[in-house]
Amino acid sequence: MAVDLVHVDPTRTIVLWCPDWPVFAACRESGLDPDASVALTEGGQIYACSAAARRDGVVRGLKLREAQYRSPGLALLDYDASLDVRVFEPVVRRVEETVPGVQLIRPGTLAMRARGPARYYGGEDAAARALLDTVAALDVVGARVGIADGPFAAEQAARAASGSPVGIVEPGASAAFIAPLPVRLVVDARIGTLLNRLGVRTLGEFAALPEADVRRRFGAAGAFAHDRAAGREHTRVLARTPPPEFEVAQEFEPPLDRIDQLAFVFRVKADEFIDRMRTRRLVCTGIRVEIDDEAGGHSSRSWLHPRWFTPADVVDRVRWQLQGAGTADSALTSPIVRLRVVPERIDSTGNHEEGLWGGGPDERVHHGLTRVQSMLGHDAVVTAAIGGGRMLADRQVLVPWGDRAPERAGAGPGAGAPWPGSLPALAPASVFRERLPIGLFDGGGAVVEIDARGVISAKPERFALAGAAPAPVRAWAGPWPVVERWWDAEHARRVHRFQIVDDDGCAWLLVRDDAGWWAEARYD
Amino acid sequence: MTAPLAPADAPSRVEELQARIRGMQATRLDSKTVPTHPAFEQVLPGGSLREGTVVSVEGSTTLLMALLAGPSASGRWVAVAGMPEFGVEAASRFGIDLERLALVPDPGRQWLAVVAALADVIPVVAVRPVGRVSPAEASRLTARLRQRGTVLLVAGQWPGSDASLGVETSDWHGLELGHGHLSDRDVVVSAGGRGEFGRRGRSRLRLPGRSLEFGVAPDAAPPSGESTPLGEPVRLDEYVRRAV
Repeated sequence: MAVDLVHVDPTRTIVLWCPDWPVFAACRESGLDPDASVALTEGGQIYACSAAARRDGVVRGLKLREAQYRSPGLALLDYDASLDVRVFEPVVRRVEETVPGVQLIRPGTLAMRARGPARYYGGEDAAARALLDTVAALDVVGARVGIADGPFAAEQAARAASGSPVGIVEPGASAAFIAPLPVRLVVDARIGTLLNRLGVRTLGEFAALPEADVRRRFGAAGAFAHDRAAGREHTRVLARTPPPEFEVAQEFEPPLDRIDQLAFVFRVKADEFIDRMRTRRLVCTGIRVEIDDEAGGHSSRSWLHPRWFTPADVVDRVRWQLQGAGTADSALTSPIVRLRVVPERIDSTGNHEEGLWGGGPDERVHHGLTRVQSMLGHDAVVTAAIGGGRMLADRQVLVPWGDRAPERAGAGPGAGAPWPGSLPALAPASVFRERLPIGLFDGGGAVVEIDARGVISAKPERFALAGAAPAPVRAWAGPWPVVERWWDAEHARRVHRFQIVDDDGCAWLLVRDDAGWWAEARYD
Repeated sequence: MTAPLAPADAPSRVEELQARIRGMQATRLDSKTVPTHPAFEQVLPGGSLREGTVVSVEGSTTLLMALLAGPSASGRWVAVAGMPEFGVEAASRFGIDLERLALVPDPGRQWLAVVAALADVIPVVAVRPVGRVSPAEASRLTARLRQRGTVLLVAGQWPGSDASLGVETSDWHGLELGHGHLSDRDVVVSAGGRGEFGRRGRSRLRLPGRSLEFGVAPDAAPPSGESTPLGEPVRLDEYVRRAV
């Protein structure tokens, strides 16, 4: 490559482009194969899709149903913008080690100045190959590099490169290279439509318009687009300052299979994690814990903190995530080889300063409840709110202490809405988590039945808890039908409710479903 | 419904008056009162809950909620441990502030340690014991409660509880044979204590009344020979307003 290495144009740019990055990132996170037919959805539409899906005719903006019709084997994932950035971050860091001064254009696309790398590696092509090798070491497949005058032309060169993963446009040839591309690449949809109506379809045709006229008609944005179209891009690569790294990871060799062992070993890293943030006057209010085990399993979970994390809190979260429903001294199903903690929400300490006289009584309550949590597990201490629904179990929303609090004013989602068919104001004091099997019998000792029209076979006269002798019913009312989601075969519910008062003066809320009679709650 | 009760005799009357005097003087340093729903004035020995005491409540979750409602309305945190079936919606409607309610539905074998940890920071703790608790463990916990000034409400038996409440009879209104719905009920609550709290008494309460309030049942004559005129049932919010 005979480039005059001393007098390279300062806007000469290398762009590294990873095609379909959102799909790649989502596949890597969820363990799917990116070569399969995969699409990401956002708001009921396709946001991005893999190459295989594209071959089937799936395109961005397609409705979900249409996409599934075109590609029946399509695997759908939700689009998560933060995931793109998160998965791309290690790539950026690795590239920064190879070529300093990298600008992140968007997740999946990086720009850097060409002059330094070209000189160091002895040519633009060699620099491009070195970059591709770096990225390939991270198992990123299909990355491409484009080199041209200015980031825009370089990105187009990377996208246009077919056959070879490197597309190089000679210095000064960028304008001619981008001339046949559609004009929509540089202008927004409104101006693009207008230009199309005027007969201006390619960048070359747009660039041929007099600059002063474009500026007068389309303003500064139009003039900027015109510069780009004409290959006169003046933007230079603005290298980012690498953000401070807070995450900590620890490999265990040999792998550890006991939670208490692991918590003990990780304690030092947890201290380091918090200290590193503290020296920058930051506190962490949300972390993500990622755990890899020997069998290839991967668990990742976000944890929030009502105040901010201390090292002990971090270790607690790790332990809770590991133990799930087990206890602290139980062994794990598979030994842990790697543990990683990443901060998700960071805030300045200034916003979390304690008051001069301490944080008041609620702080003590928080410490006490956290202690109980560290004894029993994260889910063991809950706060309650009232949600929407007809069945009593739906109406109580329990949130583990420290997780995002339910909406204020005693109202979870839909609690204030009228729920036709829900119970009158008097709520039962005991709501059974598992309904109790009971029997409701008529005078002759036969079970009371309800027919399809909601008529009872006989008056209920005797009531018995499972295994107990039947006792007389003092008062009763019902059946009150509750029919929910009849349009959805899987979640449909059709039950009849009764209130009864038994011989001891205790009142019950009974439910009759297809399986029989149950006690849903007790007014005691 | 209620068993016929013996008419009040003079000694019991004296004893009861003394108990009421003690209740009024209950703001001594060693036993501060905790704001309690006024319906319990005639029920609880001493007239209200006191810091550092253990009250056992048997046979009714509503009764437990009524006891929790007073402290909760006065701005205190309350905690409920070992009662997975505790009805949150009922609690909220009976006046327990859900923002200051912590639940530990399944403390399991460590329930005693959990109660001790909760008692350190939360002024009113309700618990249903799992299995039997030995007198030694109970007295250790009681010492801690006294030190912290925490009220422990036990849904069940407790060795050496300071007071015990139980529902003797319960009489629901509103539900007939085939129509109506549950609206209110009258219960006879029996209360007993030890030491200075004296003998066991009975009171009729509305748990709850027609508009979900708690109060003293106004209709029948008080079964324990109470001669003071009984007030109208007081709604909790009114009570708080008056107190403020």
